[in-house]
Amino acid sequence: MEFSELIKTAKVENVLLSGPGVPAVKGTLCITSHHLLLSSQPGGDGEQGTVELWLLIRNVDAVEKRFASSSGTITLKCKDLRVLQLEIPGMEECLNIASSIEALSSVESVMMMYPFFYRPHSMKLEQGWHLYLPHHYYQQVVAETSAWRLSSVNRDFATCPTYPSAIIVPAVVDDEALRKIAHFRQGGRFPVLSYYHKKNQTVMLRSGQPLMGPNKKRCQEDELLLKAALCGRARGFVIDTRSAQAAKQARMTGGGSEPKAAYLGWKRLHRPLERGRPLQESFMKLVEACNDPSLGMDRWLSKLESSKWLSHVKAALSTACLAAQCMEREEACILVHGAEGTDTTLLVTALAQVILDPDCRTLVGFQHLLEREWIQAGHPFHLRCAHSAYSHARLKQEAPVFLLFLDCVGQLGRQFPFSLEFSERLLLALFENSYASAYGTFLCNSEKERSLCKVKETTHSLWSWLNQPNQQKEYLNPLYSYNALVIWPSVEPQSLQLWQGLFLQWIRSSQYLDEAWAEIQRLVEGSETPTRTNGAAHSQLLLPH
Amino acid sequence: MEHIRTPKVENVRFIDRISSRKAALGTLYLTATHVIFVENVSETRKETWILHSQISSIEKQATTATGCPLLIRCKNFQIIQLIIPQERDCHDVYISLIRLTRPVKYEELYCFSFNPKLDKEEREQGWKLVDLNEEYNRMGIPNNYWQISDVNREYGVCDSYPTEVYVPRSATAHIIVGSSKFRSRRRFPALSYYCKDNHASICRSSQPLSGFSARCLEDEQMLQAIRKANPGSDFIYVVDTRPKLNAMANRAAGKGYENEDNYSNIKFQFIGIENIHVMRNSLQKMLEVCELRSPSISDFLWGLENSGWLKHIKAIMDAGIFIAKAVAEEGVSVLVHCSDGWDRTAQVCSVASLLLDPYYRTLKGFMVLIEKDWVSFGHKFNHRYGNLDGDPKEISPVIDQFIECVWQLMEQFPCAFEFNERFLIHIQHHIYSCQFGNFLCNSQKERRELKIQERTYSLWAHLWKNRVDYMNPLYRADHGQTQGTLHPQTAPCNFLYKFWSGMYNRFEKGMHPRQSVIDYLMAVKEETQQLEEELEVLEERLSNLKKVQVNNNKVKNMQQDRNKALRLSASNNSIANTPQEYSNNLKSFPSRSPSQGDEEDSALILTQDNLKSSDPDLSATSDQESGVEDLNCRSPSGGCLPSEDSGKDPDSDEAVFLTA
Repeated sequence: MEFSELIKTAKVENVLLSGPGVPAVKGTLCITSHHLLLSSQPGGDGEQGTVELWLLIRNVDAVEKRFASSSGTITLKCKDLRVLQLEIPGMEECLNIASSIEALSSVESVMMMYPFFYRPHSMKLEQGWHLYLPHHYYQQVVAETSAWRLSSVNRDFATCPTYPSAIIVPAVVDDEALRKIAHFRQGGRFPVLSYYHKKNQTVMLRSGQPLMGPNKKRCQEDELLLKAALCGRARGFVIDTRSAQAAKQARMTGGGSEPKAAYLGWKRLHRPLERGRPLQESFMKLVEACNDPSLGMDRWLSKLESSKWLSHVKAALSTACLAAQCMEREEACILVHGAEGTDTTLLVTALAQVILDPDCRTLVGFQHLLEREWIQAGHPFHLRCAHSAYSHARLKQEAPVFLLFLDCVGQLGRQFPFSLEFSERLLLALFENSYASAYGTFLCNSEKERSLCKVKETTHSLWSWLNQPNQQKEYLNPLYSYNALVIWPSVEPQSLQLWQGLFLQWIRSSQYLDEAWAEIQRLVEGSETPTRTNGAAHSQLLLPH
Repeated sequence: MEHIRTPKVENVRFIDRISSRKAALGTLYLTATHVIFVENVSETRKETWILHSQISSIEKQATTATGCPLLIRCKNFQIIQLIIPQERDCHDVYISLIRLTRPVKYEELYCFSFNPKLDKEEREQGWKLVDLNEEYNRMGIPNNYWQISDVNREYGVCDSYPTEVYVPRSATAHIIVGSSKFRSRRRFPALSYYCKDNHASICRSSQPLSGFSARCLEDEQMLQAIRKANPGSDFIYVVDTRPKLNAMANRAAGKGYENEDNYSNIKFQFIGIENIHVMRNSLQKMLEVCELRSPSISDFLWGLENSGWLKHIKAIMDAGIFIAKAVAEEGVSVLVHCSDGWDRTAQVCSVASLLLDPYYRTLKGFMVLIEKDWVSFGHKFNHRYGNLDGDPKEISPVIDQFIECVWQLMEQFPCAFEFNERFLIHIQHHIYSCQFGNFLCNSQKERRELKIQERTYSLWAHLWKNRVDYMNPLYRADHGQTQGTLHPQTAPCNFLYKFWSGMYNRFEKGMHPRQSVIDYLMAVKEETQQLEEELEVLEERLSNLKKVQVNNNKVKNMQQDRNKALRLSASNNSIANTPQEYSNNLKSFPSRSPSQGDEEDSALILTQDNLKSSDPDLSATSDQESGVEDLNCRSPSGGCLPSEDSGKDPDSDEAVFLTA
């Protein structure tokens, strides 16, 4: 396929661009393989036109057309929730532009996506890909406790297609047993270590559901693995992210949940979390309510309520806190799973780590966590983030699980404003990049797919861009100071807030809030300037002239 | 004292907020002014003081095995439960409190016995802090168009107005008196705010007694005089803040609103703010939602919507925005009224003034604003806030709504206000506390008769003395947000109105951010200032000594140390935190009766209120928890902190999980 076949009209003059909060501009619209550009017409005195819009076409979630007599208006609804309007003179041009954008934004093949073509001068390929290998984390754990070992059973992704090649399991369980267990767990996702709580040597594991089926099949190796994971402790908790009834029903389709009798010492706790289509619909309803200017005060609140989004935030945070509480206060080991173990499971394990572990709350530590608990752990980003809240396309497997995680982290940041090293801006950047990106980090559904597509060899990593010094500064929280404690959030409705920075980003002006943020930066950095300028002076002296 | 049936009850269990599962055991004392609870724990002997005037209701609940519970709801939104072992004692406490919380004479109120140990001169100085004549001078009045009128001296024309009223120069005494006869309670149009830059003004009054067809020449002349006082405009807006239906109903009673045909050059506008009864019920409904234990998101949002509270707040704000826009952008004067012109009119005029003039967004200016639009113009503080026993139908959270409007604006414009949220909360507290004389009675006339200024102290002086606690660190006089008129976003804007948990769930500490940005930034700001001063001194010495290298390093090191120390102290104080109930599944996590309480959750949540209990009156009247002691054991010198409270309470959650 050639991109040029999809582009029916590459250039139109006199297009009027308008969007919320910015004055409308007229200019020339161009479509390239991956971008939509609008450059304003140069002024009368020979000045250069400036680029007003530089939109990644992959970012377009829905295209809507409306026609007047001789012109048409295209409304572009983007995955980052922005809504833009293009008024295009000429019916045919308008139709062509719309269908070109539609075609280009829905290209299915991963290899045709922008990250494979993006070659910025300032960065080297392969740079960020080795920053955060989960492997390193597992080695640290193994160095601390002899009860766990690194296994290469999943080399070439043979045992579990959605796991990375490096995984960590109880030392007493050999690779042969792991292969057997893989057959007993959905998607081959046998229980692996997700987090080691140094403070009291408890562990958190995650997996897919056990494939018990209606006949209550058992797997001795699986039982042994979980017994070994207890490391001699009396108790462990299985946190199942489905209701007890749903878990029971899952047996009819071959799944299930660990029976008490077979797993001594393990107790099951059911905490149903929404997933899949209901979660996607919740997201869509919320965005619709935010974009509806006709709502009165009353109807706004009931729309917010009926979207259920904040209920999902509360449920996710509560469950993560429960997991954290089991480890920190009960000193028990835990295993988290739902059905596949790739969505709500990761939501809970990742969130619990942010709550428990101060290292996950640093800028670098958080990237480590995302790489280990979301990307390498096999969250199917490609499927889940194929469409955002506006798309009219038939929903397949879209679900904003990762967005829900980011929202929950934001709630933690609001309740503990000094305890996260990164700011809301990082969360926003992660949201945007998970839906449409110039970088390869969130491409594909698993390590296996990324390896097949040669993502690491042929695209740039988001991390190497984020960690450039000038970028990093953008994402830092000026108020941060290391907090060794566990951060227990409040999950009361009075404490949970709509994430305005995301859901209202394009709807309300954030000028005054941005100014406040700048003022905070100024205050905090002002108090540090004397030392900083001194430092700068010193380093200048060291430079040879 | 004759109302106290039993001054002391022992072995009382005390729960200080809804979310608390812990009951403290101690002794209850009743005094002439306070309910005092002293915990038995011998080291701390923690005391909680509650002013009688803060108590809004006392409810006797069904007796249980542990005793007879009394539920006390306070006007500052604290909720307290007392469990008294003996039915008889409980009844005595109940009967005593019923009487004590409903004083019949002003002299019974706390401000007449409160003595902050200031001498007479200091007290007088305190009352002079806010001077309204000075304020009108600041606006640029008197001038060619406006003058002070003595028509109301000795309250001869209107007994709920101040003696000094500002009116257009062309409005003669004859016109004023004539107009006053055509207005409810003789509240004639008078100046509230004047905009120097374009001569536009905000005037206020009560409704005209127009009925279906009545006219009054002097009233028509009065409005014309207001219009003429603004040469830049050929009409004025007349804003009736009531819903149209209410205003029309008033016509049947011989009252009503201005007929555009009878007044030359007015534009009439209804705004639709509901009356005090609707507002009282709305608050009641919202507080019921706040009282729910661990509500779901749906319960909460439904309840909030159903209360209509935020809709009412928005209506008040919209009215203020309309008027501010008329004055600032159109340069048109506005006359505002409702029925009597002392509730909705006060709200709307003060919101508009706040939007228009940056001065009212300063600490001092805000005091002046309340004094101008509320105190001097006869807002009925005594009736609205139930200071003396009276008609419960007169009670309504009118100024609470204004205070909330200010908070909503602070959320939208974080750099625009010199003061912080705590300032608003403390003002709200004192409107009900009757600890200071400012808000006593229903009018200036009554206050003068009672000789308030000679017998009580002024809240403004007290707040001003502690102003460091009330400063917003993000405020800078030269910042863009502090200049000119504020323009809140109008459409779409519903989502900008938020539930104010800092006020209505003020005592549920666990709900609020566990680290206070404001306190930290304030500390940073002070520290920076000190450092700069020190630096200056040192630099001076350096130039004298000419030993540049050595000392420079010293300065640098010192600054680094200080910065470190500052961060440590500011963050450690506020970090402590404890897990909460994370299960809504009551089957597996049975909720426990309060008497089982062994949960150590109150001492650990250190928020601003604990850290900043430097306000002496508040530390006396509100609960101090054991925050201070905890701070000591959490000093940075204690090294790395252990996990919050693991040592203190090992088995509370275990019990919970075992039943899971």
